[in-house]
Amino acid sequence: MTTVFTLQIDGRDVAGSEGQTVMEVAEENGIDIPGLCHLEGIHDRGACRLCMVEIAGTPKLAAACMTTIVEGMDVTAHSERLLEYRRAITEMMFVERNHVCAVCVANNHCELQDMAADLELTHFDLPRISPKVDIDASHRLFAIDHNRCILCLRCVRVCDEIEGAHTWDVMNRGLDTRVQTDMGIPWGDSTTCTSCGKCVQVCPTGALFEKGRAVASGSKRQRPFLPWLKVVKEERGQ
Amino acid sequence: MPVLHPKPPAPTDDKRWKIVETRMRRMGDRPSALIEALHAAQEAFGYLDTEALNFVGDTLGVPHSRVYGVATFYSFFTLKPQGEHTCVVCTGTACYINGAKEILVGLDRALHVKPKETTADGKISILTARCLGACSLAPAVIVDGDVKGKVTAAELVAQLEAM
Amino acid sequence: MSEMPSAARSIRRRVSTEEIAEQPPRASAYVCEAASCMSAQAHDITVRLGERAAEAGLTDVLIKRVGCLGLCAAGPLVEIAETAQLFERVKPDDVEGIIKALKKVKSTDTRQPQGPFFEKQLRVATENLGRIDPESLDDFVGRGGYEALKRVLSEMTSTDVREEITRSGLRGRGGAGYPTGLKWTTVAKAQGAQKYVICNADEGDPGAFMDRSVLESDPFSILEGMAIAAFAVHASEGYIYCRAEYPLAVSRLRLAIRLAQRAGFLGAGIADTSFNFDVQIRLGAGAFVCGEETALIASVEGRRGTPRPRPPYPAVQGLWDCPTLINNVETFANVGAILRKGSEWYAGIGVGKSKGTKVFALAGRIVNTGLVEVPMGMTLREIVYDIGGGLIDGRPFKAVQTGGPSGGCIPAQLLDMAVSYESLIEVGSFMGSGGLIVMDDTSCMVDVAKYFQDFCREESCGKCVPCRVGTTQLYMLLDLITRGEATLDDLAQLERLAGIVQKTALCGLGQGAPNPIFSTLRYFRDEYLAHIVDKVCPAGVCTITPAEVTA
Repeated sequence: MTTVFTLQIDGRDVAGSEGQTVMEVAEENGIDIPGLCHLEGIHDRGACRLCMVEIAGTPKLAAACMTTIVEGMDVTAHSERLLEYRRAITEMMFVERNHVCAVCVANNHCELQDMAADLELTHFDLPRISPKVDIDASHRLFAIDHNRCILCLRCVRVCDEIEGAHTWDVMNRGLDTRVQTDMGIPWGDSTTCTSCGKCVQVCPTGALFEKGRAVASGSKRQRPFLPWLKVVKEERGQ
Repeated sequence: MPVLHPKPPAPTDDKRWKIVETRMRRMGDRPSALIEALHAAQEAFGYLDTEALNFVGDTLGVPHSRVYGVATFYSFFTLKPQGEHTCVVCTGTACYINGAKEILVGLDRALHVKPKETTADGKISILTARCLGACSLAPAVIVDGDVKGKVTAAELVAQLEAM
Repeated sequence: MSEMPSAARSIRRRVSTEEIAEQPPRASAYVCEAASCMSAQAHDITVRLGERAAEAGLTDVLIKRVGCLGLCAAGPLVEIAETAQLFERVKPDDVEGIIKALKKVKSTDTRQPQGPFFEKQLRVATENLGRIDPESLDDFVGRGGYEALKRVLSEMTSTDVREEITRSGLRGRGGAGYPTGLKWTTVAKAQGAQKYVICNADEGDPGAFMDRSVLESDPFSILEGMAIAAFAVHASEGYIYCRAEYPLAVSRLRLAIRLAQRAGFLGAGIADTSFNFDVQIRLGAGAFVCGEETALIASVEGRRGTPRPRPPYPAVQGLWDCPTLINNVETFANVGAILRKGSEWYAGIGVGKSKGTKVFALAGRIVNTGLVEVPMGMTLREIVYDIGGGLIDGRPFKAVQTGGPSGGCIPAQLLDMAVSYESLIEVGSFMGSGGLIVMDDTSCMVDVAKYFQDFCREESCGKCVPCRVGTTQLYMLLDLITRGEATLDDLAQLERLAGIVQKTALCGLGQGAPNPIFSTLRYFRDEYLAHIVDKVCPAGVCTITPAEVTA
């Protein structure tokens, strides 16, 4: 039998089962907590920091996607302070690399773009980093433009946890961090890639895309297999 | 945990592979031995080339992309062959306030080489270290394994040029 | 050590502690062979002293390799143990003088005061440093080593041990100061058949070398502390996660583990009881973030050293998801002494909630660079001026930096503060692992803040956005200031961004990264303004070109 906990999120009384995260319970109750590395069906990593919430009695903020609920928890998911942080973090993602929405395949279908709109981000103040990064179009079907990558690592996780190929991983560290295939070789030369395309489907931005699609063609909108991720996960008993 | 994947043969009959294999076997050829194995391979060959990375990954059953991820995460590992001589400049706080920056500037000016680079003739590789713990010798450098304390840029350049 | 020249090996045999145990030497010369003195050719001195002693027919003299004697600035160091006479900056030519001094030692001689550097210290964690041969288990045992472990195993329950540590008031010496007894109790009570003990020897703070000195000089005390901890938390396996940059520490640890295993202090059935505990070494590979405990665990597991959000804490879910106790080198070094001398004795040292002693590595523009251990509550002035001997060339004191990249700079007006975990946080710094770097008027505080920001951005693991991007942006803003190109708006931006990174980063590295900025702004805002408004660097460190000034 599962234990049910009652808690408050933004002043609303809600309930959830033991082991559920704040993010899951909020979602079930129609409370939207933003997040870009979180994706239902794959393991969370608490890295984008957009889902940070305040929990009464703890001095530090907590990532909602990785914080499990406890009885009587008092969560603030929306506040002036959190909004300021979320705006700043979204801005950091934009200025870290070179996001030019007008020429992006994901224009109007981009989770990062949506985040900026939701948070009413109108301009950028923070210093722009704009490094020179590569585009790898060596794969027969897909390409990756690192300029648009926000390092959410959904591709790495879906490739490992769902497809089981572990073609993708991360290389370097800090600002030089990049997703990469096999031994950092061109994607097209990868011997482990099954060309299943899951990585492209889960990518929140236009970093991973199908070749031959025009700007803003909406290729990212069709994600037929995504609803099944959760089912797969539940069936595996995770 | 049984090892299900077949172990690959050593890439060549170079005896140094035995050292790497032994180090991995002692840790049960488990994926957790990855960093120790990379240390062993780098000690044996001086750097980690694709052949070594593949061999280690295949022996331990670690996906290649993860091996590469680990090897590029840690600054101690190098994927490129080093120059004939190496010069490690300590950039710890004590060395910094005692002139480590001037040493790096001096090396760049005289030898046209920046940290993590090797001179055009392949002779000298310059590395930096985040504190060697030899703060009493600040600024300190290590030239081919020998620690030298209280160095100036001019002295160091002269020594390296003579090598 | 395999690379040791054969001459040295023979000397070690001739004067080994085992042979002279029956007949104590009349006179002994202790040669410091820790890393700092070693890099000043201390080992040649040992060899030469041995040869000369033999040639002079001194059969009742002991030439002994010891660990860190502390006063690293004056290395290589040789001490006549009976009289406490210290020879500094010893060169091969000075060996004759030491031989002469050894000849003069009489059995009635006693150790004489060695001056304030030594006399004002209180050695607990470093009690064996410079006294024992770090490669001799007998030497360690001869100074009370393993007494505590034997007593623990024969007379105490694991609860007794945890209570004793709790009563001592010992707190984590790695920096944050978490109560050690509480941590041990959490691990002991956590569910799980398999538990681990990890010694964090990934001393990454630049300018800190306390742990290195302890590992090189007294490795057995760490093994003893870990074994006691393992007994207290019901663990049977341990790891020492040590920086690869410390080859001497690693080789001495490896030897110590072998010797302890052979003598039955590690392995199955320790000290003829049913208690089993063994230790392995794992080498770091150059990642500062691996000092953070969840990143350290990832690294021991052979993965990229990236931290994960806590909770769950490693005490509940750590290495391979098992309850794991992680303590720092210095914390373990205190354990044996506490159990030998009692928790009341230990709790009697120190001030307020900061009990016991703290080891500091003195470095920077200070005369006596070296390793010191002082009771908590000593003032910074005593540490810098009495023990440290003041500043080089008598220059004016500007600041002392503590706590590494997560710490802060403390200005001259606070020199009389008593050092404790609490007081350092109050003034905007941090105890950290114990690096204490003294700066004079030749250091620019904006440049120092930039230095630490550069460190943090290079060591950022890249996992979370605020640290990966924010530390670089903070660095860019500081760079703008030091080039004389910043405006007051940029300064406001710097402060705002620093606050955001502090509050939103995933781990201690990112959360602590803005601290050097906050503390320099708090005490040295005028220097920031000088760069921004007047376009000058008061210390003359930053290059602000005239063209930019007129612009």
